[in-house]
Order: sequence, then C-alpha cells, then structure tokens
Amino acid sequence: MEFGPHLFLAILEGAITAAVISLTAVGLSIVFGIMRVVNVAHGEFFMLGAVFAWWTAITVGGHPALGFIAAIIVAPLAVGTIAALADRLVLSRLDYDPERTIVATIGLLYVFQQVTLMTFGPDARPVEPPFNHRIAIPWFEFNESGIDLFWPWGLSTTSYKLAVIAAAIIIVSAVWLFLNRTQFGLTMRATQLDSEMATAFGIPVRRVYSIVFGLGAAMAALGAVLIVPVQQAHYLMGGDPLLLSFIVVIIGGLGSLPGTILAAVIVGMSDGIISVFFSPTLAKILATLLVALVLIFKPQGLFGKNVS
Amino acid sequence: MIARREHILNFSTLAVLGLLFFVVSDYHDGNLARIMVLAVYAVGYNLLFGYTGLLSLGHALFFAVGMYGLALPMHHLDFNPVAGFASGLVCAAMVSLIIGFLALRTAGVAFMIVTLMFAQAGFLLSLYFGKYTRGDEGFVIQQADRVLLGFDFTDPTIRYFAAFMLFASAFLLIGWLIRTPYGKTLIAIRENEDRAKMLGYDVHFHKLMAIILSGTLSGASGAAYAFLFGYAGATFASVQYSILPLLWVLLGGAGTTIGPLIGTVFAFYLIDISSDFTTAHLLVVGAAIVLLTLFAPHGLAGEIRNRVFRWLP
Repeated sequence: MEFGPHLFLAILEGAITAAVISLTAVGLSIVFGIMRVVNVAHGEFFMLGAVFAWWTAITVGGHPALGFIAAIIVAPLAVGTIAALADRLVLSRLDYDPERTIVATIGLLYVFQQVTLMTFGPDARPVEPPFNHRIAIPWFEFNESGIDLFWPWGLSTTSYKLAVIAAAIIIVSAVWLFLNRTQFGLTMRATQLDSEMATAFGIPVRRVYSIVFGLGAAMAALGAVLIVPVQQAHYLMGGDPLLLSFIVVIIGGLGSLPGTILAAVIVGMSDGIISVFFSPTLAKILATLLVALVLIFKPQGLFGKNVS
Repeated sequence: MIARREHILNFSTLAVLGLLFFVVSDYHDGNLARIMVLAVYAVGYNLLFGYTGLLSLGHALFFAVGMYGLALPMHHLDFNPVAGFASGLVCAAMVSLIIGFLALRTAGVAFMIVTLMFAQAGFLLSLYFGKYTRGDEGFVIQQADRVLLGFDFTDPTIRYFAAFMLFASAFLLIGWLIRTPYGKTLIAIRENEDRAKMLGYDVHFHKLMAIILSGTLSGASGAAYAFLFGYAGATFASVQYSILPLLWVLLGGAGTTIGPLIGTVFAFYLIDISSDFTTAHLLVVGAAIVLLTLFAPHGLAGEIRNRVFRWLP
C-alpha cells in the first residue's frame, strides 16, 4: 500500500482506540475528580467488562445482536455493582486517604485479575459483533484528467468499527449532559467542590462516592463491551487501557472532562500512527515518558485549568 | 542500653540466618539465599518508604538497572564479576540520581505516578532493545563466568553465604544509618516535612540522597540476583517487581529495621505454598495487600512494636 492510504488506515485504527480510551479515561477522570482517588484497578474493571460481555453473549445465544445488546446492559451494571461494593468494603474504610487507596487498589487489581484467571481461564475468547460489513474505502489520485478515485487493496474497515466510534461519541455526550444537566450531576459536582459543605447540606456523601466509583467502573466496562468484538476478552487485557487512560487523564488535566476527551483523541491517534509506522513498544515508551514529564513540569495537564 | 538491645537483636538475627543453613534442607537453603538477596531490595525500599515517607511505585527500575548493569557487560563485554557488580552499582546510582532529581519536583500521588511511569518506560526499553536483553525470555550468565578467586558462586554453600554477606551489610548499614543525624533527619521529614524544613534542614537534598541510597541498594540486590542465580530478564523490570517490595515492607513493617526481612520471608513462602494449589498465586499478593492496608498498616514488626517491644528499631 502507498503512504497515503496506509496513513489513513492508521488514523482510522487510532480513532477506534481514541473512542474506547475516551470512555475508559472519562470513568477514571470522574473518579479522580470527585473522590480524589487514583484507581489503579481501573484497567481490571475494563477487563471484567469484556469478560462479562463474553459470558452474557454465551448465555443468551441466538443471533449475535441479541447477545451483544444484553451484554451492553449487563456488563456495565455488573461491573458497577462490583466497584460500588469494593468502595464500601475497602476504600471507604480507608477514609479515601490518597496514598493508602492507591496501595489498596493495587491489591484489588491483583484480586480481580487472578480471580478471573481462576474462573475464566487463561484463554482469549471472542465475542461476535452484532453486525459486521466490510466497507472498502476509495482513495484518490491526481493525474492529467483531474482527480481519479480508486479502491486500493487492503484499504477497508468494517461497519462495526465505525459504529464503535459513533457509540463512544453518543455515550460521552450523554455523560456530559448527565453531569451538567441533572439533579444527581449537580449533587456530584457539589461533592467534588466541597464534600464537607455537601454533607452539611444533607447530601449523603458516602453514597455519592459509591455511586461515582461504580459509574467510573461502568464506563470502563462499557468501553470494553464496545471493543470486545474487535479484540478478544483476556484476563491480562486491563494493562493497556489502564496505562492509556492514565496518560489521557494526566495530559488532559486531572478532572477536566473536555481536556480528557481532547487528550484521548490525540493519544489514541498518535498511538495508532506510531504503532503502525514504527513499533507499538516505541509508542508506549514515548507515551509513558510524556506522562512523567507532564506531571513534573506541567502538573495541571496540557489542557487543564490552573488549579492550586 | 537501648543501643545495646538493638545490637543484640541485629546480631542474633544474623546468627540465626547463618545457622539456618546447617539446619534446613537443601531446598530451603536455595529459597533462603533468594530471600536474603530480595530482602536487600526490601531494605533499600524501606529506607525510602518506611523512613523517609516517600512511596515509590517504580523501584523495579533500580532493581533491573542493577541487574542489567551487571549482566549485560558480563554477557556482551566479558567483564569479570567484580567489574560487573561495580558497573551494576554505578548504573543504579546514576539512574536513581536522575529519577530522584526529576521525580522530587512532585509529591504525594504525583510522585507515585511519576516513578511508576519511569519504571514502565524502563521495562518497555528493555523489551525494545530485545536484541541485547532478549526481552521477556532473558539470558543466562554461564557458570564459567560466575567464578571469582577460585570460588564457584553456583555452589549452594558459597551462594548462600554470599547472599548472607550482602544482606548482613545492607541490614547493618541501615541499622547504623538510622541512628546517625542523617537518619534522624529522614525520620523527621517523614513525620513532618514542613517542620523539618522550618528547622533549617535541606529537605530536598536529604530526600535526593535517600532515593540514591535506596536505588543503589535495590540495584545491588538486582546485580547480586543476576550473578548468584545466573539469569537476567525483563520480568524483573515489570510493574510486579515494583509492587513486591512494597508488599514485603508493608507486611513486615515499614520503618523498622527487621521488617523487610520478615516481610520477604513471609511473602516468599506464602506465594511458594499457594502456588502448589493454584496458578493464580498473585491472588495471595493482592489479597494480602488489601487486608494489610485495611487492618494492619504497620505490618508485623510494626504491630509488635506497638504492642510489645516499644524499643524496636
């Protein structure tokens, strides 16, 4: 393939990564923004989402679309419930002390991962996409008769991959509306600004925290359900989304939703492009170093507002 | 008086470790040699986490730099063991100087994430240069290269006492260090950084020195591990090896001299025994971390200190 179509394909793959990562990262960002908890187990909620999606799809059977629709409801609910329970049993008992919660979520990471290994097993398992049409993409060429369209071999995508991008945009917009236009969103933002004052006004802060933690985990699970027909469910799949969401949340500015989404697009695209043209390992090395340097030299993030 | 009790504790601990070699079976001798080398790693980690109050999530970087600092020149450039070990120490000290210099611009949660990210970059670099490091697969240091002054370090007895010497030096070094004014200042920084600063201590410099010392000890452990057990691989640079010293120190008791050894022994055998039952032995690591943060944040030695022996160093 020539350079142009090849680059376009890389951008398209990058856009899918960006779509999934923006969902996962928004979950991480909400949890950090409201609870001030750095959730190292976030990647495992992603993995659990994929595993529940596989399990639901197998249980429901029938047409792939039926299983998929069931999965998109069941998996985030199940993962959200597990996360809310983890919040009640572990995080709330640590009084949300930042350092101790990090250590505890590291422990939870291993617990979730290894319990999945014991039950789900070490194999990668696929989920069938609800619909899947190959779409060939035309490319253009300039010659003496003007612009010529042609269909280069290998330049194609599937309808499902495009649907993933669309779904991510819809879900992120819905979350934004939920946070900014509903009563519960207002409660959440009040808790974020001053949890003691919120308590004084009768907001059940502990319950809000549990719901927020569950919601954050459910976002990760939702991202996983969308990607699992493209990428198989595996007990170690949580590492990459965790790393990428960390990168996105830190570069985008901790707790800033628009910054997070912008950063997801940039990081997802560049990850796709560097992975295709150089090596995935190099892409990750550059990304991790970027995070460290951003935290050192510009802790409010590249797009974050300057908060003390 | 108090100092004498500490000496008795230190030397009886070492005496027990030395005598255990003649008591337990060959299998446990091998385990104990590994535990003592890894306990040096825990001792180094404890200096930073337990005594200075800085929680690093990236110590695997220092361990792996020490390991590769010894193994790569020995493998590719035919360094002798002494030069290899010196190279491991120098590399670890240099890397911890750079990381410390950069990471100390942040604090708290940001410090944890920065160290985690640098360690992850180091792990990925060891995969990226797989041509030399052979990545996850790793490489073996030949038995012929592991001989020094006629001593064959593949022999279990020599290996055990080499590990013992290394552990004893690290253990006594820290026992001495925390009684010096420098060590007391580190504890003051841990207890109340602002007050230490106000009293005129150069907090930044003390912390940087603590990172370099801690990183170099971790590197010494990595180099010794590669030399005594003849293998270097990228697994030792992975996140898991940053989490393990945290677990050992939490389990044994952060900020106690004997805690790292206790924690390493317990965690090693906990994982060893549980892997007889299940492949998911990391579950034990996870559950132990969660339970410790919830119910015993001071670890075993810390709980003993709180309840029985208040003088425990």
